[in-house]
Amino acid sequence: MKYEAVIGLEVHAQLLTDSKLFCGCSTKFGAEPNTQVDPICLGLPGVLPVLNRRAVEYAVRMALATSCKVNRQSVFARKNYFYPDLPKGYQISQYTEPLAERGWLDIDLDGERKRIGITRIHMEEDAGKLLHGEGPEDEAFSFVDLNRTGVPLIEIVSEPDMRASDEAQAYLKALRDILVYLEISSGNMEEGSFRCDANVSIRPAGSSKLGTKAELKNMNSFKFVKEAIDYEIARQTDLVESGGKVVQETRLFDSARGVTVSMRSKEEAHDYRYFPEPDLLPLIVEEEMVEEVRSALPELPQAKRERFISEYGIPAYDAGVLTSSKDLAAYYEEVVNETDEPKASSNWIMGELLRLLKEDNRDVKDCPVSPKGLANVMKMVKAGEISGKIAKEVFEEMYRTGKSAGEIVKAKGLTQISGEEELARIVDGIIAANPENVERYKSGKTALFGFFVGEAMKATRGKANPQVINKLLKEKLGG
Amino acid sequence: MSITEKDVLHVAELARLELTAREKEIYTVQLKRILGYVEKLSELGTDGVRPTTHTVPPRTAYREDRVLPSLPSEEALSNAPSSDRGCFKVPKIIE
Repeated sequence: MKYEAVIGLEVHAQLLTDSKLFCGCSTKFGAEPNTQVDPICLGLPGVLPVLNRRAVEYAVRMALATSCKVNRQSVFARKNYFYPDLPKGYQISQYTEPLAERGWLDIDLDGERKRIGITRIHMEEDAGKLLHGEGPEDEAFSFVDLNRTGVPLIEIVSEPDMRASDEAQAYLKALRDILVYLEISSGNMEEGSFRCDANVSIRPAGSSKLGTKAELKNMNSFKFVKEAIDYEIARQTDLVESGGKVVQETRLFDSARGVTVSMRSKEEAHDYRYFPEPDLLPLIVEEEMVEEVRSALPELPQAKRERFISEYGIPAYDAGVLTSSKDLAAYYEEVVNETDEPKASSNWIMGELLRLLKEDNRDVKDCPVSPKGLANVMKMVKAGEISGKIAKEVFEEMYRTGKSAGEIVKAKGLTQISGEEELARIVDGIIAANPENVERYKSGKTALFGFFVGEAMKATRGKANPQVINKLLKEKLGG
Repeated sequence: MSITEKDVLHVAELARLELTAREKEIYTVQLKRILGYVEKLSELGTDGVRPTTHTVPPRTAYREDRVLPSLPSEEALSNAPSSDRGCFKVPKIIE
């Protein structure tokens, strides 16, 4: 029998607020342990949580960007469980009445578009951290840092609409791109500010019934998400084909071995005894706030990609690379604005600019060459002032030194030689110095043309105008 | 709905409470009584009534997203039964 996989994802994203969800402690990453805690997030007696307005606005932003319906009223609830990283003994979350519901997101995969449903988006607070290998070490103890406790999160739950690991990966990337475009989350998986759990089950192909699912955790990169899901689909298929049964459980991905492992814990029988948080009134999101957020939504990655293709006529691949970050897209548009050369601008950015940035592990925001600077180099090439090859050297020099193209070209004497007289002298010299090759060329070895061009370039240190050289060589060699 | 001793044990375990045989009996009786009292409500027709979780008219009170001073770490840790180098120290958590 043929089986198909059914995959749904639960994604947690930390919101980029300055302070925590219910208190004024800083959310800054990387502080000394337990220096960003106060009586509220520590769960000391006699305190009351007060909701951070910006966190709600950010959550609404994501809800609108994924076409969710924002509920006018949602309710915070206590999720009760015991763990040392949860000082109150409960997490404030939302349960039966989430902030937003019923949205969707389109993913593009191999030229095909697929719509993935979003069940709900709700708000909750993050838990603290158990330090493993990054703090004090002692075999018999665990060490707890509560700085992360109370940092605002949104949880985004998808419908079980994905059928393969690459779809899950594409969905996850699309989600991350939107969060980053909206400037509400860093989307950093390694630092744990963007986390993903996957529900995976299999069923006979074509069946509409859902099979028993396993919940996969501990996948802290896009690659691991794909690997874990692929492993899990194979494991469940083997199990069912050999007469076994999938049990509902939580499984941890072991990236070193590339396998998922059952997590047998006493907490397995989840009984969180959710109940409405008595310390917080229901959250009322006024229509004004929704409209205010809606009117300020930026162009989203997919829309930008499509606009780049239609407006600038560049290939889908280019559009994908250029819109991979909002800053890069803005850089590109400024360059095109100046040069009016969409494809050449794209080539420059995807080639030279990204190569240099990548070597330095630098963000385009910190690029030493401004869009205008790049546009100037391109204009000099177009005007025949420097050759394309020299332009690349000039650009790299600009990147390293922060000097302008004009300064560098002038200081190094890199101006392209286009004067026919000067170049004709050089070409004559080359012909005179290579009588054998001239003979062979004339007797039909036309591939040698490239040799003469190369010699001319060498003689002028790349500064010769190639068009003029071509013309002169053709005349003089009689080709 | 009637509470059995089994329910009491389950709830006690979730709350990490250790009960003696005598306490088990007491709580079973008491919880039965409390739930019986609340159960009276189901005699009323409440179809179409939204569950009431709060009795004041809901209006969300927000705070602005502003960072306020936190506790000094020594103070934050001062109630902890055990702490070490700025961290709460707890028995080993095995995952």
